[in-house]
Amino acid sequence: MTTTLTTPTLAPQLAANWERLCPLEDLEVERGRAALLGEEQVALFLLPGGDVRAVDNHDPYSGANVIARGIVGSRGGRPTIASPMYKQVFDLRSGTCVDTRGKAVKRLRVWPVRTLDGDLYVLRGGAR
Amino acid sequence: MSTRIVVIGAGMAAHRLVDSLVTRAEERLSVTVLGDEARRPYDRVGLTRFFDGDSAEDLALPATIFADPRVTLHEDDPATAIDRGDRTVTTASGVVHPYDHLVLATGSVAARPPVEGAELPGCFVYRTLEDVGSLQRHVQERATALDRPVRGVVVGGGLLGLEAAGALQGMDAEATVLQSSDRLMSAQLDLPAGAVLRRLIEARGIAVRTEARTTALRPGPDGAVESVVLREGDELPADLVVLTVGVRPRDELARAVGLDCEERGGVRIDEACTTSDPRVHAIGEVAAFEGQCVGLVAPGFAMAEVVCDRILGGSATFAGYDLSTKLKLSGVDVASFGDAFATTPGALDIVYTDPVAGVHKKLVLSDDAKTLLGGMLVGDASAYGALRPLVGGPLGGDPAAHLLPAGGLSAPTSELPDEAIVCSCSSVSAGAIRHAVREQGCTDAAGVTACTKAGATCGSCTVMVKSLVTGELVKLGKAVTTGLCEHVDLSRRQLFDAVHVSGLTTFSAVIERFGRGRGCDVCKPVLASILAVLGGEHVLDGENATLQDTNDHVMANLQKDGTYSVVPRMPGGEVTPEGLIVVGEVARDFGLYTKITGGQRVDMLGARLEQLPQIWQRLVDAGFESGHAYGKSLRTVKSCVGSAWCRYGVLDSTDMAVRLELRYRGLRAPHKLKLGVSGCARECAEARSKDAGIIATAQGWNLYVGGNGGATPRHAELLAEGLDDDTLIRTLDRYFMYYLRTADKLQRTAPWLEALDGGIDGLRAVILEDSLGLAADLDAAMARHVENYRDEWAETLADPAKLARFRSFVNAPTTPDPGLAHVPERGQIRPARPEERDGDSVLIAGTTLEVRR
Repeated sequence: MTTTLTTPTLAPQLAANWERLCPLEDLEVERGRAALLGEEQVALFLLPGGDVRAVDNHDPYSGANVIARGIVGSRGGRPTIASPMYKQVFDLRSGTCVDTRGKAVKRLRVWPVRTLDGDLYVLRGGAR
Repeated sequence: MSTRIVVIGAGMAAHRLVDSLVTRAEERLSVTVLGDEARRPYDRVGLTRFFDGDSAEDLALPATIFADPRVTLHEDDPATAIDRGDRTVTTASGVVHPYDHLVLATGSVAARPPVEGAELPGCFVYRTLEDVGSLQRHVQERATALDRPVRGVVVGGGLLGLEAAGALQGMDAEATVLQSSDRLMSAQLDLPAGAVLRRLIEARGIAVRTEARTTALRPGPDGAVESVVLREGDELPADLVVLTVGVRPRDELARAVGLDCEERGGVRIDEACTTSDPRVHAIGEVAAFEGQCVGLVAPGFAMAEVVCDRILGGSATFAGYDLSTKLKLSGVDVASFGDAFATTPGALDIVYTDPVAGVHKKLVLSDDAKTLLGGMLVGDASAYGALRPLVGGPLGGDPAAHLLPAGGLSAPTSELPDEAIVCSCSSVSAGAIRHAVREQGCTDAAGVTACTKAGATCGSCTVMVKSLVTGELVKLGKAVTTGLCEHVDLSRRQLFDAVHVSGLTTFSAVIERFGRGRGCDVCKPVLASILAVLGGEHVLDGENATLQDTNDHVMANLQKDGTYSVVPRMPGGEVTPEGLIVVGEVARDFGLYTKITGGQRVDMLGARLEQLPQIWQRLVDAGFESGHAYGKSLRTVKSCVGSAWCRYGVLDSTDMAVRLELRYRGLRAPHKLKLGVSGCARECAEARSKDAGIIATAQGWNLYVGGNGGATPRHAELLAEGLDDDTLIRTLDRYFMYYLRTADKLQRTAPWLEALDGGIDGLRAVILEDSLGLAADLDAAMARHVENYRDEWAETLADPAKLARFRSFVNAPTTPDPGLAHVPERGQIRPARPEERDGDSVLIAGTTLEVRR
């Protein structure tokens, strides 16, 4: 593995538990996309600075798989996603709900993502 | 000759001292600050925010005080020696600074435990920006080299250790916290509270081991740390170790010149924060008061204020440590304040525990159960902001009410006394916050924070500050801010005018000029609506597509299970038999639930995201267009059959309804718009419950406006009577356009009309008598709308880039959401209820019918 990382003629590779999802260019800035990862769903977001964030697509408040379809914004400088269902707002970096609309605090799990050669990868089973 | 003050150290306490000196001093003074981190002072309390993406600049404390000509900051020239006889300080570069007053604010260094291997590569402390920066780099490097999540071990289960573990997790590393005592945060929490916290931390995916004493750190073949050895004999694998086992006061300079120091570290101070040399003060973590050094920012600030006052000739005293703390770890709420361990003789405690919800709260009260002495809150610290200011004062009402979950019994709302401290970091009282609003002209919480520093440090009191500010503004009869949200201070109406006048056409340009940040779910849709009216662009064009909530984005209505409803336009409720057959066929082929809406058209529910283009292709081919049931825009024009068929009809209401619906279709508004047209006074179209209701009379059309059905029904009011067709349409044009320009966000015509200057008479003056000279402008704007109207769905189907947005999954574009489940009911489908999904009810998978494109 170390040799492939340092040999310029060979493309670097990620371990098998990183799953390739799509070319990065399939994402639009500040508009989410859902991805299917086995039985689970991940919501992907490309932020204006080029950062990619991945959280659960499952909205813990409504039980529907809709987080990717919300509005991306910011609260106090932190990037956020507002669920399109009941409008709870989550911090995209930690998954914490920052506006619960009067409900109990719930959170989205956050998935590790990385990009390699213009492709986007997510770590299977990596949600936390 | 000015007073010369030399401050050794450039941390938070030093910053506060200098800030207070330059603010308060009237006499001449010169302040020299000697730092050693090569940085301007920054918010060390907020260090963990570094991992949330906050940069060093974000954390920097306001640098304006260093622009003051009386202040000189040497960020990177640490003091190396003090001469108490000559009263000078010498720095590393050899410069000698004479002083009249010397203030030691050297803080602490993070201690490493005295175990073998504590200095190995891969072992970090957690104290400075440099520490967290190198920790972050190390995690990234190891993650790349190992190609698996990095295993991190945090030695120390206190406040800082838990924040460090959270930070590791935020970098996708695994985290295990080792605590030598029997519970986490043992300085702040008792055993039951610590046990609840442990469960919360573990639920967050951080492993915890208590009574785990680290005896050695072992290196791997590369010389970097590889494992942690515990006294019990276990060995834990570790790719990196963070050591948070306490701090050591940096008292070396003081010791070297014979100032009295505590044996365990710290420069001894009295209640004037003066050391054994009357010319030398000590503040912050290096200062030992009554034998103790404390690593919290609030006492450091309090000491800074005392020293400032003393230097300026006052007689302030340090009242002792306030040990209140709040854990800054997302998703885990912990606070401890006052006499949390009930050490006061006769103290009583009241405990509320809910192990299922992971909540443990304890209040400590005086022996008569009237005075609040302190408390611990784990799992739900929402009461911290309200309770902590009450320490030492009467609690008011039943103490238990403060502990019960929100939504149960409401806590007593006795007003906070002026002397209650709201912000303990900056020692700001409720009275000072009220004063800032009343006398200093602050009009919002942000202004008060800038003015008083309340809420500027740890932020745990911001909710309390905001409620005090709002309460005071209301008392003063001042309007609470009408800004849209934190990004836009303008109201919708002001924003509309601003965009109109500036001619800007993109979100980025508008937010840069009239707002800040990247917007949110409140301001983005408002601006999308304004831009759609003024620009006439397709709602999915370019950047503006990201402003829309999902309904406008995919041009359908989101339902509770994440599917959508589809409503083609049927102007005036008119539909041909052929059209009705196509709708029926589409609903049948895609397995949709159908229902007649209140607006005289057909709703098809249960359509999945990826089916929408296929469904619409068939509808558009049959001559249908978008019904805008999803938009804040014209919905329907409801009508009776009118004079064409009805025995009693006076005018042709259906014909007028069709004309009006085709004229105003697609018009974006602050809220939805509904119209009704009745062919006679019997009012079968229920027109007076609409935003605009038109009723035929023998003299012509009567126009009623501002009606509403829904939760707050209101009959529309008569605006004009006996109108011919053209005058009716011109009046409606102006009415809608004036509403579009002046209403607040999500304000329907009924409340808009109630709030409008002069009410219905005022409206009549503007649109019928042209009292504001706006009429021509309003007419032109509506003409532009009519001319620019295009069917959004037909345009979308012709644009491959827009169609890409209807893929269900970026890596499986046509796979249905596997989470969807329907059950049969009365011959159609409906979403399965949770108990039906878990039980063995018959579930119907959605149709996967592929339709020729």
